[in-house]
Amino acid sequence: MKVLVAVKRVVDYNVKVRAKGDGSDVDLNNVKMAINPFCEIAVEEAVRLKEAGVASEVIAVSIGEKPCQEQIRTALALGADRGIHVETEGKVEPLVVAKLLKGVVDKEEPQLVILGKQSIDGDNNQTGQMLGALANMAQGTFASEVKVDGDKVNVTREVDGGLQTVSLKLPAIVTTDLRLNEPRYASLPNIMKAKKKQLDVFSPADLGVEVTSHIEQVKVEPPAERQAGIKVADVAELVDKLKNEAKVI
Amino acid sequence: MALDFDSARLPNPHLTESHHAWRQQLRRFIDAEIMPHADDWDEAGHIPDTLWPKAAAVGLLGLGYPEAYGGTLEGIDSWHAWIAQEELARIGAGGIPASLMVHGIGLPPVMFWGSETMKQTVAPAVLAGSKHISLGITEPDGGSDVASIRTTAVREGDSFIVNGSKTFITGGMRADWVSTAVRTGEAGARGISMLLIPTDAEGFSRTALPRKQGWWASDTATLYFDNVRVPADQLIGPENQGFWVIMTNFNRERMAMAAGMEAMARVCLEEAVTWAQQRQTFGKRLADHQVIRHKIARMKQLINATQSNIRLCFESIEADQANPGDIALLKVQASETLEYCAREAMQILGGMGYLRGNRVERIYREVRVNAIGGGSEEIMRDLAARQYGL
Ligand SMILES: Cc1cc2nc3c(=O)[nH]c(=O)nc-3n(C[C@H](O)[C@H](O)[C@H](O)COP(=O)(O)OP(=O)(O)OC[C@H]3O[C@@H](n4cnc5c(N)ncnc54)[C@H](O)[C@@H]3O)c2cc1C
Repeated sequence: MKVLVAVKRVVDYNVKVRAKGDGSDVDLNNVKMAINPFCEIAVEEAVRLKEAGVASEVIAVSIGEKPCQEQIRTALALGADRGIHVETEGKVEPLVVAKLLKGVVDKEEPQLVILGKQSIDGDNNQTGQMLGALANMAQGTFASEVKVDGDKVNVTREVDGGLQTVSLKLPAIVTTDLRLNEPRYASLPNIMKAKKKQLDVFSPADLGVEVTSHIEQVKVEPPAERQAGIKVADVAELVDKLKNEAKVI
Repeated sequence: MALDFDSARLPNPHLTESHHAWRQQLRRFIDAEIMPHADDWDEAGHIPDTLWPKAAAVGLLGLGYPEAYGGTLEGIDSWHAWIAQEELARIGAGGIPASLMVHGIGLPPVMFWGSETMKQTVAPAVLAGSKHISLGITEPDGGSDVASIRTTAVREGDSFIVNGSKTFITGGMRADWVSTAVRTGEAGARGISMLLIPTDAEGFSRTALPRKQGWWASDTATLYFDNVRVPADQLIGPENQGFWVIMTNFNRERMAMAAGMEAMARVCLEEAVTWAQQRQTFGKRLADHQVIRHKIARMKQLINATQSNIRLCFESIEADQANPGDIALLKVQASETLEYCAREAMQILGGMGYLRGNRVERIYREVRVNAIGGGSEEIMRDLAARQYGL
């Protein structure tokens, strides 16, 4: 069984992002980049399926500018077998990403596509679902457990108020939630071996997709700064402030 | 440009994708497996046995050793090694890398000069983290004057009979083998050999040196050899050529120490700046007082100089043109930088920094071992003066 995993290059989760001075975007100049954490979980899940003998090949795909090949290499170091880079310019919105992934799905015909539920930069949470619709494949989103069973995959989903298990007919789409697994570290030997793994580059045109845009980013601003706290002398003062200033009791 | 650990690193054009990936993965490993425990391990005076196999799995122990022995060598250069030293130093508890990576000084003599059988016996187990190897040069009678060591190895048939003692041996309590400097010939540098001594040999004993100013998490020991019989094929390199093995090995150790010291200085900078930007005194931020600003600027100045010097020395090593004098002076440059940065970071943190449980306080205690071990500042300057033909 072939598994396709999507990985996105995003600002490292440890970085405190800043808005650009003119408010046009987040400042990405000299900022540390990494694989989107949910995508990393997707790669881990795919690699575990391969180690369990369920998957025969794991292909990591990323869409973006040239530097995103770094994240593909990380996926290869984590255990993916080969990589595909769809080279685009500037921002691409979820619908376009989904269309490009659909192009890759048509080419590779994977039985399972695993994506992160969302990326921590745009927080859109749309690509997996859109791909499901475009490719006409069943989808199990927000997965906390994935079990392949013959021509089906059982996906336990983290829904409001509990867990829901759905059984999907393969080929299917899974998007990962935080608790699905704990990704491993890529070891130094695997980082070095990843340099030699196959990485093919396609343009959107190769996949028959036109890059269009429906969304205009109007403004990016930092969240309001939190006010400093104060110390109260005693319980009476606290109650007074909660009642009369904060008006919460 | 900010002054945190990563931003305060000067650009290095030699770094490629595999270097960035290595830093990223190693940092994840350290942040998850070591950082949260650093203070506890330091206070407890040791690191858990389970850390070695984990460090082996991530590729840390095998960095720079041939694949045939369980290491990673193909495509590896000095920059991967520098990154490992930096990331380990970032923990801010020198005893942890000193103990975890002590094979970095114990194993190279075996790898470069040992027999194939010896390499096969020792290297795979050490690089997998299941066995340990230390380096035994220093003796109770002296460390700086390596040419005067007194531990003897006298030939008796197919064996050497070893008598004497080694002290300050890092990893000595855990070691399964010690790459040991012994006297096999005449007085002076030309009568020294390196011998691989297994610590389960009869007549071998050891005691811990547990109460130290720094490197708390590292086990340091005194070793005793009382008529220890060692097969002659355990010689590392030719008989009476040990001094050159030791001197070559020192270059590697000094580069690693310099890289670690610069990175620890950078931790001090990071911690001092963070505090100076939030602490208010006399109605303004500490960082707004000129005296403090100059301290911080000088920290960065010394760090910049040390980093540039490390890069230059690694470049010359990569080009096979290393100059031991330059490396010796780099070690001094790095320990002086660390000393200044640790001192000033402590001053800036004030009483808060004096309390145990923070990186600056720990690093402050690691300054002297770096300025003395692996060749003291005085000896480094002396060596350089000789190298430069003064
Ligand atoms: C925590 C720790 C771990 C160590 N780990 C190891 C290890 O794993 N293996 C190992 O072999 N050794 C190890 N050492 C020993 C270390 O290498 C020695 O301490 C060092 O080489 C200095 O030797 P010494 O302590 O005998 O000092 P000495 O040689 O007695 O020197 C004392 C002082 O005099 C100065 N001095 C000496 N000669 C001269 C001179 N000619 N001119 C001017 N000044 C001079 C020195 O610079 C030093 O300041 C370790 C030391 C420490 C503290």
